Amino acid sequence: MRGKYVIAGIGHTAYGKLPGRTTVSMNVEATRNALRDAGIEKALVDAVLVKAPTSAREMVYGQLVSEALGVVPKWSFAVDQGGAANVSLISIACMGIEAGQCDVAVVCYADNPRTGNRAFMGRARTSEAGAFGWAAAAGGYGMIHQAHIAEYGTRPEDFAAIAMACRKHGATNPDAQLKAPLTLEAYLAAPFVVEPMRRDDICLVSDGAAALIIMSEKRARELKVPAPVPILGFGQGQTTTEVTQRPKLTESMAKVSAKTAFDMAGIGPKDVDAVQFYDCFTVVAMMALEEYGFCKPGQVGAFAREGRLEVGGDLPLNTSGGLLSETGMPGLQLVMEGVRQVRGTAANQVKNAGKVVVSNQGGQMQTHATLILGA
Amino acid sequence: MDESGIEITELTKPYWDSLAGGKLSFQTCRACAHKWLPARDTCPNCLALDDYDWTPASGRGHVVSWVVYHTAFDPAFKARVPYNVAIVELAEGPRLITNLATPNETIKVGLAVDLAPEPRFNVTLPCFKPAS
Ligand SMILES: [Zn+2]
Repeated sequence: MRGKYVIAGIGHTAYGKLPGRTTVSMNVEATRNALRDAGIEKALVDAVLVKAPTSAREMVYGQLVSEALGVVPKWSFAVDQGGAANVSLISIACMGIEAGQCDVAVVCYADNPRTGNRAFMGRARTSEAGAFGWAAAAGGYGMIHQAHIAEYGTRPEDFAAIAMACRKHGATNPDAQLKAPLTLEAYLAAPFVVEPMRRDDICLVSDGAAALIIMSEKRARELKVPAPVPILGFGQGQTTTEVTQRPKLTESMAKVSAKTAFDMAGIGPKDVDAVQFYDCFTVVAMMALEEYGFCKPGQVGAFAREGRLEVGGDLPLNTSGGLLSETGMPGLQLVMEGVRQVRGTAANQVKNAGKVVVSNQGGQMQTHATLILGA
Repeated sequence: MDESGIEITELTKPYWDSLAGGKLSFQTCRACAHKWLPARDTCPNCLALDDYDWTPASGRGHVVSWVVYHTAFDPAFKARVPYNVAIVELAEGPRLITNLATPNETIKVGLAVDLAPEPRFNVTLPCFKPAS
């Protein structure tokens, strides 16, 4: 299936505060923009695959979005896999088309935790966890961040280097929600939220939506889609739901997900021109760089300080700013930036970005999905 | 946490009763001898249903990781900030979330700890302190 399916169109809403909008309405706006980008009519869509909004769950959400789009698809469902869901949905769309189940798929996501309900972000996973004050996703990621320090001697400067690279790229992305670059001094001076994580280790909270159009490369040619981007590989990996139960806190199943995707694409880390890695917390992007085989564990800080994670370096990271700077949206902005890099239309364009790897992950590093795009 | 505290079910009652008596217990499978926490009625190893014993733990363990909350995401913890939360692995293997009764700056990954039960909300919590 390598290269047989493409991302034919991308679309999104504004990022940041979108008060008064429903998630369904935002999904429609993003999908309308993605259809326009692909240059196709909505009547061709026969699959609507949605990542369920994180902040508010609704029954048969895929059908609600389909109805608002005015399409009657063969396939439609909402999946719950945390932040890995969008890349997983892309792979499911490809396999669905391959199996003759559908022809043109929309993959979309919308949420409004910034102006709507963000209670889910501070909640404890169980009442027992709550009794110890173990609340919010930051608690679980903080445990992983601490374990990384204990195991590899990782320093605050190393975590800062991830945030600084992402913020540098966000600063020159007109769509980014947070355009202020970050200095090491500012990183160190910011208060701890859940120690050892400081403010700038933690991603943005954003309203917004994004959508993709998936079809076969052949169909894209027939429909004269202007800038289809081939999907070269994908993979997934899942580890324990509870961080407490994870055998080694500094390992997720990102390694397995990456290997599956690299094997499918027939390439390895040395062939990659840019990475768009999920960065809800700095340690997450750091561990992806390690587990995907780009850096030895504990070496990411030194790698970053050589400027290698910036546009102009040999492995630019999150060239539109990622979750730390562009938008806190859980994943699709990274896929869209991968598409723009391969097309050559990114705000912070990497020269000859032939192969771009995207990671999505969710929960507290429980779920992981990898996507490889390229010509 | 609201006023009602922790929800105690038929499944978890022996766990909380044991703690009220000053002992931490974990589940041991009668079929395969696997040991686990938190409470569940199926063995996560051999999948046996309702076929376990509650085994008293030695109360010894070590810190797997830990954090310090500088923000009270839950208003009930506002007065405790900055407070620690740790993952402890018992000498017998099962792991649990806990608070450590020691100044935050004395905590380290690998720190040996002993059970130090603490009444809070509607239960006695399995808190820990540095091993003596
Ligand atoms: Zn068993």
